[in-house]
This record gives sequence, structure tokens and C-alpha cells, in this order.
Amino acid sequence: MTNAWGNIWAVCKRELGAYFTSPVAYVFIIIFLVLAGFLPWILPFPAGRFFERGVAALDSFFFWHPFLYLLLVPALGMRLWAEERRTGTVELLLTMPLSCWQAVAGKFLAAWGMLALALALTFPMVLTVAYLGEPDGGQIATGYLGSLLVGTTYLSIACMTSAMTRNQVVSFILAVVLCFLNAAAGLSAVAELLDGWGRPGAAAADLLMGLSAASHFGAMQRGLLEFRGVVYFLAVPLFFLFATAVILRGRRTR
Amino acid sequence: MIEARNLKKWFGPKLAVDEVSFTVARGEVLGFLGPNGAGKSTTMRMLTGFLPPSGGQVLAGGIDMAVDAAAAKRLIGYLPESAPVYADMTVSGFLRFCAEARGLWGRARDAAVERVVETCFLETVRRQPVDTLSKGYRHRTCFAQSLLHDPPALVLDEPTDGLDPNQKHEVRSLIRRMGEHKAIILSTHILEEVDAVCSRVLVIDRGRLVADGTPAELRAKSESAGTVSALLRGANAPLALPALRGLAGVLRVDVVSEAADTLRVRVVPLRDGRQPLAEEVARTAAAKGLLCCELQTGEGRLDEFFRAVTVPDTASGAPAAAVTEGGA
Repeated sequence: MTNAWGNIWAVCKRELGAYFTSPVAYVFIIIFLVLAGFLPWILPFPAGRFFERGVAALDSFFFWHPFLYLLLVPALGMRLWAEERRTGTVELLLTMPLSCWQAVAGKFLAAWGMLALALALTFPMVLTVAYLGEPDGGQIATGYLGSLLVGTTYLSIACMTSAMTRNQVVSFILAVVLCFLNAAAGLSAVAELLDGWGRPGAAAADLLMGLSAASHFGAMQRGLLEFRGVVYFLAVPLFFLFATAVILRGRRTR
Repeated sequence: MIEARNLKKWFGPKLAVDEVSFTVARGEVLGFLGPNGAGKSTTMRMLTGFLPPSGGQVLAGGIDMAVDAAAAKRLIGYLPESAPVYADMTVSGFLRFCAEARGLWGRARDAAVERVVETCFLETVRRQPVDTLSKGYRHRTCFAQSLLHDPPALVLDEPTDGLDPNQKHEVRSLIRRMGEHKAIILSTHILEEVDAVCSRVLVIDRGRLVADGTPAELRAKSESAGTVSALLRGANAPLALPALRGLAGVLRVDVVSEAADTLRVRVVPLRDGRQPLAEEVARTAAAKGLLCCELQTGEGRLDEFFRAVTVPDTASGAPAAAVTEGGA
């Protein structure tokens, strides 16, 4: 008679309400849209400015997403558990007849919904390239999917750091650092540096590439949906959400 | 309804709760007393499934909290210490969420919310955001939350903390009313509250149960229980003192005040001698030709008993140091 989905939905609904009664939702969406729209316009790399390239494609748009998520997603996730622990409501939530993972899932889904909403609102970019030329629909679809998955990965990291502390600022900084390490592992500059150290270095570079969400996203931007990418984006967020639940169970002291 | 079996909780090397066992049945209001930091809140957090115990068991309605936490939690309503609420929600929004998290949806949810809004006198503020409410209303909102699913057991951590005298009175009469058919555990360090609502008292000190009984039983164990205060009047009243001291079962006689023709005394009986001492005192006074103007047998005081069985947290806690050494 346990109604797992009902419990998850109850938590998720409350959390969405909290996003929209505070300015967090609006600030997040507006800043994300402004930056996602303007960065490809004004910055020339990697493939040239959006309108000057003469190519009806969104890769200069997607290029910036991991960097945007790096700062914005931790801001979205930082209050999930830190705030509950600061105000003591976590004691209320976890003495309800719902399991720890249901609470984790409900909160995560609420933040994820915000992320998906913000990303969906970038649809004018798609309309623009469709108006200007004939873009590859499949590539745009995998690009969006990949972008969402990178955001999901970072969000799961932010979820975990939020459960680690009562302080939202600490949670934010930890999440940014972890997401940055994740992104940096996929940078070609890092790979080149390691390649210079001979075979062990090259192996390490491969490993780091495999660990970075951004490098899997790179393949998806080119329209490639790789098996290892799918495995990565399923396994890594689940791992961090699992870690969140473990931390919550272990850290129930005041 | 709720049973604690040998509950233990370690925080690092510190033993916060040590082998605490008790049961609470329906129709009982159990007062949980103890100095600050004695382990009251920790015990309640284990009872409600928030903290996993380091040892021992919690059973709610016969269901082991460690085996089926959701089923056990369904039977318990919980008011945590300092009554946390989601500040960004309205009162009714908060209560609706709590109802949904407890598996009540649709009409059942609305009916439950209506019921507790009425029980806890929240009608006037139901549409207000919680963070605009006074502490008393916020407290009642959190209290209302614990009643949504009409649980057979209630765990209330300092239910009247921070309320004004009128609100305290309201909450106490509410608890008394619900205590008629629910099992209630409440923690407090206000002794008058124990007298007002509790049918049984547990005293916990440094994690250990040190007393268990009805308020009257515990009062009877205090030092002043059975003590007879008397005001004797007559010529040479102080001369009656040796006779009083010579009564059987008297430990000592304290002289409160004396003058040429009046004597105010407190006759302290031996621990086990509980015969009607007042009568003896009156008879002795009469035999000495004195008039017994006032005569009263003390029924004992909870605060005396409390002080006798607990150690104030200002005292250097030798047992705590021993625990630290043992754990290191």
C-alpha cells in the first residue's frame, strides 16, 4: 500500500512551489536564458560567432552550456537539503512515512524540472536556425538531450553537496568545485598536457575524458549517441543521488 | 502503543542515551523530564525514526521501526523541538503538503486539514505565509501537522516551549483531551506542566532513566514529603521541642522560628516511617498544654525530587569524562 510515486510527487510539488515563491526560479531562468542567448552571439570561439559563421547549426550555442551549468546548477541545487537542515524541517520530512530515497528523488525531480524548463525556453534559438537555413534536426535533438544530461549530472552533484552541509554557500562552492573538476577533466588542454607524460599519461587522459560529462556531451553535439555516453549519464547521476541518500542517513545529528 | 527497548545512542565517543526502556499505552500521557542535554530529544528522535539507534529497538504498535519504518511512522505524530515549519508556505499549503506526504490525497486530505485547522485554532491565519506568523501560531501550525493523520501515538518535544500562558493553557488542555484515547509522550523541563497533563513521568539524566512513576509517587519520594509543619502556641512553647524530637519515626525537628509563646517547627520523618505524624505532633502539643494553630503534612515537591535524582549541567560531569576516556 506504499504509494511511492505519490510520496515523490508530494515532495516534488512542494519543492517546485518553493522555487516559485522565492525569486530563485525567475533569477535562474532569466540569467540562464540571457547568457545562453548572448554568449554564442558575442564570443567568437570555438567555431565563430553564432550569426557570422554562416552555418545553420547550434554547436556554438551548446558549447557554452557546460560552463553555464557550472555556475547556475549549483545555485539551483544548493538549498535542496542545506535549507532543510538549517531550519530543522528535515526532521519533519524524514519522520513522515516516506523513505529517504523518495525524498531525495522528489527534491531532485523538482530541481530537474526547473532545469528542463529553462532549457526548453531556449526554443527561439531552434526557430532562428530553422528560419535561417536547414539545420540537422537530429543533431539539434541530441544536442539538447546531451545538454540536459550534463545539467542532470551537475545537479546530482549539487544535490549531494547540499546534503553535506547546513550552509548553502558551502554547498554552492563545493558543487562548483566538483563540477569544475568534472568539466576540466574533459578539456583537451588537460589531455594534451597528460599525453606529454608518455603512456601512463595517455591512459590517465583517456580515463579523465571518460569521467567528464562535457566530453560525452561533445559526442552528442555532433549527433552521436554512444552507448558509453548513455551508460555514463545514467550511472553518474544515480551514483550521486545514492550518495545523497547515504549522507542523509549517516548525518542525522544536529 | 510505543515501546522502547534498551535504546542506546552514541555520538562519536559520547554516549547520549544509555539503555532506555519504557512503554506507553493508549490513554497514557507520559512526561519525559530531564535537565538540558540529558538525552530527551535524542530519545524522541529515535522513537520517531529520525535517528537510527546505536542499539536497542523502537516498536510502534508492535511494528519494529528498523524493519518497516514507513508503517511504524504512520502510527506516530511528531512535533519536533522548536517546531520547524516551511517558512515559504502558507499554513494551509504546509498542512496540505504534510497530509500528502502522509499519503492523504484529494478529499481525505482536505478533510484532514479542515479538522486540524479547527482543532488548533488556525482558522484566522490559514492563508498567511508561515514566516509572517507569530511564534505561537507557527508552533500550533507544526502541532497541527502532527495530528493530520489522527495517529494513535503522539511524540511531542517541548510542546509548550515559547508559548504565552494562555497558549500554554490551550495546548495543555488539548493534550489532556487527546491523552484520553492516544498514547502521548511529551518532553518538558517545566515541572508544573507535568502536574497539569502527565499521568506518568520518566526522569532521564545523562542518558539514563533514573525514575519512573506517577507524579504523586515521585512527589512522595521527595525530601519534603511527609514533613509536618506546625505552629504551636502557648506558654513556654519551645519547651515542647524535646518531646517532639522524641517521637517515634522522627528524623529531626527543624525550628523555623521561636518566641516566648509561639513555636514554628518542621518535623521531618525518617525515610521509611510514614505513619500519620501530624496526629502525633498534635497530640504531643496538647499534652504540653499548647494550642496547635497550624498543622500541615507536606505532600512532597517534584522539583525537590528532580534535583535529588539529576545532576545540574553546571556541575563537572565525572561520568561524561569517564565515557570520553573509555571511548578514546
